[in-house]
Order: sequence, then C-alpha cells, then structure tokens
Amino acid sequence: MQRSLPLGLCFIMGILMIIQFFSPHPISQQFFDTIIKWIRIISAFALVLGVRSISLRHIEAVKRRKSGFVYSIFTLLALVITAVLGLVFGIGPKAPIRTIFNNILVPLGATMFSILAFYMASAAYRAFRARTFEATLLLISAFIVMLGMVPIGNWISPHFPAIAEWILSVPNMAAKRGILFGVALGVIATSLKIILGIERGWLGGRR
Amino acid sequence: MRKKFLFFNLLIFSLIFSLEIKVLDTPNDAGNSLTILITKPMDVDYYQIYRKEEGKDFILIGKLTREERCFIDDKVVRNKTYSYQVIGIKDTLKFSSNIGYGIPKAQFFNTARINVLVGIIVFSFLILYFIKKARKGEKLFIRRISGLDAVEEAVGRATEMGKPILFVPGIGSVADIATIAALNILGEVAKKAAQYDTTLLVPNRDVLVYTVAYEVVKEAYSNVGRPDAFKEGNIFYITDSQFAYTAAVDGIMVREKPATNFFLGTFYAESLILAETGAATGAIQIAGTDMVPQLPFFIVACDYTLIGEELYAASAYLSREPLLLGSLKGQDYGKLIILFILLISSLLLLLSNFPTFSIFSKIIEFFNVS
Repeated sequence: MQRSLPLGLCFIMGILMIIQFFSPHPISQQFFDTIIKWIRIISAFALVLGVRSISLRHIEAVKRRKSGFVYSIFTLLALVITAVLGLVFGIGPKAPIRTIFNNILVPLGATMFSILAFYMASAAYRAFRARTFEATLLLISAFIVMLGMVPIGNWISPHFPAIAEWILSVPNMAAKRGILFGVALGVIATSLKIILGIERGWLGGRR
Repeated sequence: MRKKFLFFNLLIFSLIFSLEIKVLDTPNDAGNSLTILITKPMDVDYYQIYRKEEGKDFILIGKLTREERCFIDDKVVRNKTYSYQVIGIKDTLKFSSNIGYGIPKAQFFNTARINVLVGIIVFSFLILYFIKKARKGEKLFIRRISGLDAVEEAVGRATEMGKPILFVPGIGSVADIATIAALNILGEVAKKAAQYDTTLLVPNRDVLVYTVAYEVVKEAYSNVGRPDAFKEGNIFYITDSQFAYTAAVDGIMVREKPATNFFLGTFYAESLILAETGAATGAIQIAGTDMVPQLPFFIVACDYTLIGEELYAASAYLSREPLLLGSLKGQDYGKLIILFILLISSLLLLLSNFPTFSIFSKIIEFFNVS
C-alpha cells in the first residue's frame, strides 16, 4: 500500500497531464489550474517541514559549537525576526519585512551575483590554457567571438562580427540543438518510466 | 452633371463591396477567440475592426495595417454570437466590408500538436519495446559514461579522506524532470555512501525537493541495511532564495571541505559560483544539468560533467537494472530517428525551393511544433 498508492497516483496524474497537454478545452485548463493550486498548497505544508529542518540543523550547530556556529545564530535570529515582523506587521508595501527585503536581501543577492564576474575570469583562464587541440580551438573561437562582439573588433576588421555571428549561429547552435534533442528524449523517457512505475528512484528505491 | 454624379455613386458602390471579410472560430483554443480574415483587401491606408454583440452597437476593437490580413479577437466569450465589420480608411474616405458572424467554440483536441502526439507514441513504443527485450534477458550494449563511472571513485575518495560528500540537487522544483533525475542519482549515491559509512550532505532549495530527497536518502540507507547510519540533519532545507542558497552551499564547501561534490539537476547563474568554490576547495566534482547555457561553466570547473541526456541516463547506468537500461536503448533509437528526419527534412527543404517540388514545404510544416 505504501508503494502502490503513490505509484497508482503517479500513473493516473501522469496520464491526465498528458491528456491535458493535448486539449485546449476550458475543462482541461481548469484541471491544470487546480493542479497548480494543489502544488502551492502542498508546498505551503512542506514549508513547515523546511522551517523545522533549518531550525533543527542550526540549533544543533549552536549546541555543539560547530565551526561557524556564529552564522547559525544569525540564521536563527533572522528566521525568528522576519517571521515575527511578517506575522505582526504583514507584508504590505510599507511593512518592515519589505524594508528588510529591499535593504538586506536584495543587495546581498546582487553581491553574490556580482561575484560571478570574477569566477568567470578564473574559469576562462582555466578553460583557455591551450594544453590540448580542443582547448586551442576553444581559445581561438572564444577570442574571435569576443572580438566580434565589441566595437574594437569591427574597427580591426569588419569581418570579425560576421565570423563571430557565424560561429554562434552555425557550429555553436548545431551543438546546442544536438544536446537539446538528447535532453528532450531523456525527459520523455524519464517521464514515461516514472509514469509506468519502472523508475522508482524518486520513491527511495526499487523494492 | 447628372452623369458625373451617377458615375461617382457607382464607383463608391463598387468600392464598398470590394472589401470582404470572413469570421472564423480560431482553431485549437479554449473558445476564447475569433479570427477575422480580410479575404478581399483594398488599397487603403489601414483597416479598422468593429465588433458587435447581440443587442449592442458596433465598437472599434482594433486596427490592421494595409499589409495585414488577419486579426485575432481574444476578448470574446465562448458560445456567444458576434458580428464583425472592417472599415478600410483611405485619406478621408471610408470603405465598409460585409458583416461577418462568428461563434467562438472550444476544441477538445489541439490538432496543431498531432506531430507531438505521433512523436511521443513512436518514442514510447521504442522504449517499451527495448524494456520488453531487456526483461527477456537480452544483453544490451550501453556506451561508457566516464562521469558516471567516476561516482564509485568519488565516493571512495571521500571515504578514504574521511570527509563528507556534498550532493546539490539543483535549484529547480520537484516538477522539473532534471530534479527528479538528480533525485534518482541521489538514491544510488546514498546507497554507496551508506555502504562506505560516509557522511552525505544534501542542502535543498525547494521544500518539496527537500522532503523527497529526505525520503530517498532514508530509503537508500534502509535498502542497504544501514538505517542506523542515516542522519536526519544531513538532508536539510536552506532557503528558496537563489543567491542566499548559493552563499549557504559555498559556506558548507568552505567550512566542511567535502571531498566530493555532486551538482546535479537544474542550475542557473549560480552554477559557476558553486563549481568554482568547489574547485578551490580541492574537491572532486561531478556535475550534470540539462541547462545548456550552464554546461560550459560546469565543464571548465568540474572534473566530470554529465551533458544533457547523460543526466537522465545516470540512474539506469548506476543501478544497471535491465529494465532501465532497456529505456536507454530506446532513447538511442529515438535519436537515430530524429537524425534521419533531420536529413530527410533538410533535403526536402532544399528541393522545396524549386517550384516543381513546392509540395515538400507542406510535408516539412508537419514537423513544426506549436
């Protein structure tokens, strides 16, 4: 029962969602909207488990004085403060939670994102070390594409933008589409295996 | 004077009736739109589209340029009758069309997706056929995937070094197939980690993924007879904020120094931040995603990368279950069919440029996906 019920539900829902994809009828659209609502409701319940998980992990870290436990204290404080402020003052445009979001979370997220530029430089350095034939090819094509994308490339030679465009739209696009074909088939195969109950890894095993 | 007047009237009359429209129910929709087609256009500056509901007057609902011939009115209610008239405007002159009537109706089947249906049926048949073959015990050749061969080595390395394994199931939701594929691999990795008694850390960004990952790992530990080794706190939820999650995982990598990092699933801008931090800590890294723009980042920063479909093949490859391996074979034949269709379509497309073979363009149209 513990196994056959989820498998049966998965099969029924999988088949219904396939039918839904092929039907533009309002009944089909309504069914899809209902499923989306269910997902939101289930997520809301699962969030309780998520909050429990994060709290237990950080309380444990503080109790055991694990390395970096100070960060755990901050996490727990942030969790409690934002939850209390949200529950007491709501989430309106002038609520304190908005101030926290706009002045702390957004700049922190932007900071993390900006680190990407430095990581790109270090990754590019590693990729462009011409140790093998493939790496040399990569280096040359990247050099041409980069030059073709900036005004100086056009200034050196008007052919650079055209060659860069060709690299991007022909060999690069061909490889990309090849991968996408494989991905699409992989998605269909995995979905089919899950719907038919052949793939049960998501249930935790194949007993 | 009288003759001139008559001639002018006749001219206006002929112009009035030279603009013709047709109102059609838009195919393959939920009954929420009508298509107005100008079947007999005129030399005008632009067209005005008027709509009339039962018991109401005509109202202006949109405009078309002189080149446009089709207007889709998506502000209609299903099963109600509507009348349409198009007025062609040229300088100060107005030319009216006939009045067209239409009732928007909902369709049960989207005929524009017949090609998708055919594709799914053919592909499903192939997969089921090879699964049946595998069930009969036939040996199927599957090519080596070095990234997956390295899983055993990666887990063994962590065991030898006495350090944990970090498994990041991406930042996608549980509805993403790549996330489900990652969770399938997690089960296999968890089994190996349980056998070797190595700590497995699974930070999650999505609460539903967290709950599934928790059960997958717990079940894997039970399956190999090590339920006692399962530690609840090692599979945990962090946050659904993309970069806060990235920062937290980076922090784990820097503090706990895992010997092996798995980045499998759906990734976006955080892919390089995670992979570069992992590389800096000296961990062996195995990544896999179906997000094509992120693949170059993983390739340069990780030791092994599962490219696109390899991520979906991983579960079958690692478990070596004949039924799952059979599906891989089906996938390969699916690719062969696609390759064949691509070659034939390219040839037909080239030929369709010649007027004699213009019929081929209709055949190619069948492969357009809407």
